[in-house]
Amino acid sequence: MNPGQNDIIILMVVAPLFASIIVPIVGWRAKKLCYSLTILAVLISLFSSLITAKTVMNHGPVQYYLGGWKPPWGIEFYIDHLNAFIAVVVTFISFLGVIFSKTNVENDLPNKEGAFYSLFLLLITGLLGIVLTGDMFNLFVFLEVASLSSYALIAMGEKGAMYASFRYLLIGTVGASWYMLGVGYLYIVTGSLNMANLSELLPALYQSKTILVGFAFILFGVGIKMALFPLHAWLPDAYTYAPSAVSAMVAPLMTKVMIYVVIRVIFTVFQPEFTVDMIQATSILSWFGVLAILFGGIMALSQTDFKRMLCYIIVGEIGYIVGGVGIANATALKGAIFHILNDALMMVCLFFVAGMVMYRKKGHRISDFKGIFREMPFAAIIFTVGALAVIGVPPTGGFFSKWYLLLGGIEAKHWGFVVALLISTLINVALFARVFDKGLYVHGHGSDHSSESTDHSSGTLVQKTPLSMWIPAVIVILAILLAGIFNQAILKNIVQFAVPSGL
Amino acid sequence: MNSWIHPGLVISIGGLLIPFIPWKKVKQAYFLLLPLAGLAILVATSAGVFGTIPAWPDSLYKYNVPFLQYTLDIVRINKLSMLFAYVYVVAAFCMNIYALRVKNDWEHVVAMIYVGSALGAVFSGDFFTLFFCLEIMSLAPFFLLLFRGTKKSAGAAVRYVLWHHFSGVCILAGVLLHSQQTGSIEFTTMPWGWGGEYLGSNLILLGFVINAATTPFHSWLSDTYSEATPSGSIYMTAYTTKTAIFCLIMTFSGVPLLMWMGAIQSVFALFLAVLENDGRRLCSYHIISQIGYMVAGVGMGTDMGINGAASHALCHIIYNALLYMGAGCALVVVGTAKFNETGGLYKYMPISFWLYMIGGFSISGFPLFNGFISKAMTIEAAELIHNRGVYLLLEGATVGTFLHTGLKLPWNIWLQGRDEPRPEIRAKLKDSALNTPVHMLVGMGVLAFLCIFLGVYPWILYDMLPYPVEYVPFTVTRIFSITQMFIFAFLGFWFLRKLLGGHLGYVIDTDWLVRMPGMKLIQFCNGSLLKFGSFLDRSVVKSSAFAVSTLRNPSIEMRLTPTAVGLGVFVTLILFVIFLLARIGV
Repeated sequence: MNPGQNDIIILMVVAPLFASIIVPIVGWRAKKLCYSLTILAVLISLFSSLITAKTVMNHGPVQYYLGGWKPPWGIEFYIDHLNAFIAVVVTFISFLGVIFSKTNVENDLPNKEGAFYSLFLLLITGLLGIVLTGDMFNLFVFLEVASLSSYALIAMGEKGAMYASFRYLLIGTVGASWYMLGVGYLYIVTGSLNMANLSELLPALYQSKTILVGFAFILFGVGIKMALFPLHAWLPDAYTYAPSAVSAMVAPLMTKVMIYVVIRVIFTVFQPEFTVDMIQATSILSWFGVLAILFGGIMALSQTDFKRMLCYIIVGEIGYIVGGVGIANATALKGAIFHILNDALMMVCLFFVAGMVMYRKKGHRISDFKGIFREMPFAAIIFTVGALAVIGVPPTGGFFSKWYLLLGGIEAKHWGFVVALLISTLINVALFARVFDKGLYVHGHGSDHSSESTDHSSGTLVQKTPLSMWIPAVIVILAILLAGIFNQAILKNIVQFAVPSGL
Repeated sequence: MNSWIHPGLVISIGGLLIPFIPWKKVKQAYFLLLPLAGLAILVATSAGVFGTIPAWPDSLYKYNVPFLQYTLDIVRINKLSMLFAYVYVVAAFCMNIYALRVKNDWEHVVAMIYVGSALGAVFSGDFFTLFFCLEIMSLAPFFLLLFRGTKKSAGAAVRYVLWHHFSGVCILAGVLLHSQQTGSIEFTTMPWGWGGEYLGSNLILLGFVINAATTPFHSWLSDTYSEATPSGSIYMTAYTTKTAIFCLIMTFSGVPLLMWMGAIQSVFALFLAVLENDGRRLCSYHIISQIGYMVAGVGMGTDMGINGAASHALCHIIYNALLYMGAGCALVVVGTAKFNETGGLYKYMPISFWLYMIGGFSISGFPLFNGFISKAMTIEAAELIHNRGVYLLLEGATVGTFLHTGLKLPWNIWLQGRDEPRPEIRAKLKDSALNTPVHMLVGMGVLAFLCIFLGVYPWILYDMLPYPVEYVPFTVTRIFSITQMFIFAFLGFWFLRKLLGGHLGYVIDTDWLVRMPGMKLIQFCNGSLLKFGSFLDRSVVKSSAFAVSTLRNPSIEMRLTPTAVGLGVFVTLILFVIFLLARIGV
């Protein structure tokens, strides 16, 4: 193991962690600096995650021992293809989210820059820690870091955010405690907290009831955290009322990271022979996925608020991924892991649009989208790409992950999942058709306005919607398209190896 | 030589540039040049610049891209796809002339993307590329409908996109099943039959049949085409349904089910047309009826049936665009195409009347017009396989078609036996015989010329058909019999003309089957489901509120009230039952 490569790994977590301590102190003196410092820290994370991913792709999994203590006694960061991939997604989305946050913070949270960015960095630290760590208890610590900072960030939002955040706190804490309890059970029996070590010790104990209970606790705890139907009730309120920049980052990432934890627990800590064959936890999961897809879609249809609608779409999308994990064959799992990337990208894209509309129109109801195609054509284009990706129109990335999920469902003859997925694409069309309808609204026979206004409004709009909002949005729509066009490269080089062995 | 410039790509990408051209004249010239560029590529392809096109059913493949574990044949050129591509670009050219004055540039953009994706679909050699193109084709008309800007058109747009996305989902699911079974995604003849192992094929068939507006899935067509902008609807008439016919020819030729569906459809749509009051909706029903001929031709699957379907698709695009343009003229000039409001317009727009009539004669299948040379081929194909039912249905539909489009519609819009239109309509007209914008007349003129040219000299069309044609359209018997039919149809119309006027109303046909359950579903979602969702949310709020008050003042909340005791017992019981069930289960 080359020590130089190891240091890069820890930089991913340490850079935002230290920056989060420095930022409020600096913010005392120079408020402007907070933003640049945050960007710098996240940029370091992004680069180190990219380098790590490259290393993993070339040389296989890498490890880092915190404090030089060897596992199973010390804590290690263990990075294989799966979490290298997720880490890149997390750092990339956080990077875009931080850039996007500038105007939002300046306008809506004056004089709170220091606190906001400090929490934001802590959130990123927590999320990355969850992804990188190879230790069950350490994962809980990072989970609490991420959760606590996200409670605080959500509470900074508009009217109603405080209450939504408090609900989220209560339910989220229950989830984290259950996870903790589950880990405790495993520890009682095995005496180990290291994931790699656990996966060696556990097969001998698969008949033990304690292990079973521990597994159930962990799954329920994480299920709450990732808002798997019917444990999703905290999500819509929390993400609707949060500040635009926060919901743009928390909504795509928090749930996706938790799904990563599920994949880790089901396929690495426990082996497929236990989870798939012995207790058939995955087939139960897949049916919950089906329910989530249908419920999320239908609830999204009845919303009048754009952000709330997106929240229910997230509930549905989690259903996709969980369903794919639950089907537990290589094809579906490939689709599920690839969908983590695609879903994060398209959700961040749509939440960016919500943020832009919020910025211009001071609201995020669907009726506020009236005429956006004329007034803010730029946001409209971004919205169109995001919507097409959610619907799953090729060549956006959303199509390809759906393709694999469907193919996997058919392979496993899991017709419920296949039908639910297909119905949900139909529902998605109806969802976005409503927004298109409002967005393309023309005043009576006012179609002659539109041609001229698009011509020179594009000039004025650049000044109106700030640069810090549309640069990340452009990057994200490019990423959606590239993820679709280069899906083969992504699947062959990373995702394929991320699928756990034994399937 | 493997290189080829995809005309669909040229037209779609080129179309995106339209709004950014600052000079109006240049913009219009560019808009007209786009389909011509496509045409130039096609002519070069026919001439063999990019390699010779082999005889049907062999094809020339270009751009083979590895994809997943399959190979994509993004371009497959054969005689049939060339035939469709030719008529697509020629029709697009005429439609562009007709739509030249539309002020909303984005309408042009969408229309060009639509045309381009239709070209992409007919040139696709695998299901994946086909699905991609069909998906774009289902979204483009959505925007054409929304651009009309009325409430009704917005509703129609949503219904349109839902129908087509549903068909897209069927095709996708079918393709997935098919590729799962056979490991191939080649866009070619599919096995067909009843039963589980043909589920994939049947799903694909269902998708195509919906796209082709075959009875009983035709209601989206009449529902939506009449709601688009006058020029937008013309684009819609040509591409979606004919592309579906192309797909059916490629995959499901010779499926007897299709033959009967088509034959029944060609007559069924006419009955619905009788009740119709809106000129454009009436034309929509005639599209459905004419598609019946093509579907029936595909279903027969004989050489002549396929030839008939392909040539009828070509001719249909031409005359049907002409008919829609004619009805659209009235809509553009006086703002309505409803029979109870129009009438007597002849004096003010005679040229559009005569151009429309050429379309009307063509659709009815008059000798020397292009409907005759293609429609008669399908009917003859039915005769040759000795299927009396199909033959009679198709032959009978010809009479009805003439009655409606050749007589009823022009009579009601332009004549109604009046010299002058109604006063409120008269106020919108100028005092000249040239109320219709000239560019619209030019667009119609080119199409009318093609109608007559192909009708007089059909061999240029017959050479392009996939199978060699040994069919002579102009025989004495056929001309005699068809003239006879028309004369009596005309006489019948003349005596009953008063009855065939327009009545206000809305014809709901099989879309009832979709609208009513749809309404129920929406009611369910808005009512009980929303209640259930908010109940879930509320209970969470309650539980957290309970937690708050417990934390503030534990003694009050922890009192042993009767409710609390009851609840405790209840919960314990439930847990006990679960425990028991789990025991039994183990």
